[in-house]
Amino acid sequence: MKKRKNQGLLTVLPLYFFTLLFVVGPLLYMIALSFATNKGGYGFSWRPTLENYIRILEPVYLQTFLQSFRLALTSTFLICLLGYPFGYFMAKLSGKWKGRLMLLIMLPFWVNSLIRLYGWIIIFQTKGALNNLLLQLGILKEPLKLLYSYPAIVLGMVYALLPFMILSVYSSAEKLDWSLVEAARDLGASPFRAFCTVTLPLTLPGLLSGVILSFIPSMGLFFIADILGGNKIVLVGSLIQDQMTRGSNWPFAAALAVVLAVLTTLLIALYRKLTNVKELEGFY
Amino acid sequence: MKKNGWLSKCYLGILLFLMYLPIAFVILYSFNDSKLAVSWRGYSLRWYAALFQNEGMLEALKNSLILGIASCFLAALIGTLGAVGLSKVHLRSKGILEYVALLPLMIPEIILGMVLLAFFSLLQLPMGMLTLLIAHTVFCVPYILMEVKARLAGMDKSLEEAALDLGATPVRTFFDITLPLIMPAVASGALLAFAMSMDDVVISVFVNGPRTNTLPIKVYTQLKTGVTPEINALCTLMLAITLLVLLIYTLVKKILKKA
Repeated sequence: MKKRKNQGLLTVLPLYFFTLLFVVGPLLYMIALSFATNKGGYGFSWRPTLENYIRILEPVYLQTFLQSFRLALTSTFLICLLGYPFGYFMAKLSGKWKGRLMLLIMLPFWVNSLIRLYGWIIIFQTKGALNNLLLQLGILKEPLKLLYSYPAIVLGMVYALLPFMILSVYSSAEKLDWSLVEAARDLGASPFRAFCTVTLPLTLPGLLSGVILSFIPSMGLFFIADILGGNKIVLVGSLIQDQMTRGSNWPFAAALAVVLAVLTTLLIALYRKLTNVKELEGFY
Repeated sequence: MKKNGWLSKCYLGILLFLMYLPIAFVILYSFNDSKLAVSWRGYSLRWYAALFQNEGMLEALKNSLILGIASCFLAALIGTLGAVGLSKVHLRSKGILEYVALLPLMIPEIILGMVLLAFFSLLQLPMGMLTLLIAHTVFCVPYILMEVKARLAGMDKSLEEAALDLGATPVRTFFDITLPLIMPAVASGALLAFAMSMDDVVISVFVNGPRTNTLPIKVYTQLKTGVTPEINALCTLMLAITLLVLLIYTLVKKILKKA
């Protein structure tokens, strides 16, 4: 029996080796790097310092963090607002339509995110499809400048991340025992009351996992702000990328990344505490 | 259970329409004869022709395909062996390993991209296909690990035990019993990983180096510097590729359901 116990050890080795070398290693290196001293021009020395972290407290960078948080919160809020009803209604469809809708949701989700963003650019350009339509209908006299603004970035974020919310809520609502809702209704609860006291708490894990799955990436999707925001709004993601490339201050970029990683880890821990589930609902 | 009213069905319809609207515009404008993406001037295939003369684009497409196939093959190998092994061994570090192995999905991509860039330059690896391959494998492994793990959890263990009791070696048991049973999960995980690899911008942009382009990176730089209509044609082609992959994926899922 003893021999059979650890017979799989050999097969786990590649995974151990790969994960330790290319996931754990780089992450530890990032933490070490965040305490190194920057010397300019991609150079740094290993003299330990806290100055990278202190620098984050400068108003410019705090502002960046706040702006990213504000954007992530705004997008996540809108994603909840749009995605929750979608997932909920979807779970109430018949089996055949559930499958069809699932495919329809997955499809754009799989299409390159840049391509989808570019589609919005075609529509929203100053001389683009939407403005042309509105001008021809006589609703507008002057074309609107829709791109390269804060709402445009929010739209891009919501559009890119909505499927995550829909799938999370759907997988939670799918498992919902509808007889509980009916029982509440039979006992005299209004539809609204039944929703608030039965449906919402039972689908909360899905909603919360959707929140996490949209909040975490929205902190890092720098290319959306880049393309739709025209570099007007600097986010943590863009800041890290900038410091790694043009700014050439790797220790500072590492410190920013550590702070971002800590914040996201705290968020996931909070989710686990709130819902008592180990794995994210509808994760893939 | 109460069925949806017409209002909720309208809601589903409108949101789906909005999801597909930008994609429809990309496809439509790839057949536009005009050089400017803003005006419509009749159908034409000229941008497709121009695309196939554009060596930079074709090079990027080639790189992306090689990368997608190689990284999802490597990830399938590491992930499948790992998932099978993890279901068998009883080590104290097992839980931690599983958590860490799924970490690439839990942290923002931007962090993964930047740490890999820093780490590769520490190892003095030249940035290019090799670093891209490693980086893509890093985020592909979790998809396969998760799919195979889920499949193994639902598998009848007595089949393996029967084979072992009848005198088959563990290696033979793996190839004759376990592998055929988990193959659909491996395939669907690998296809998912392939799609993710074909779509990645954030991580690739860090580790691609000055001369190596992937298709999404090419699209990204074009979107930043100035768009030529070829990009519409390219996007439509990429869409077609993705649809093809998705078609295979759903077919595999169907086989998985039947099995």
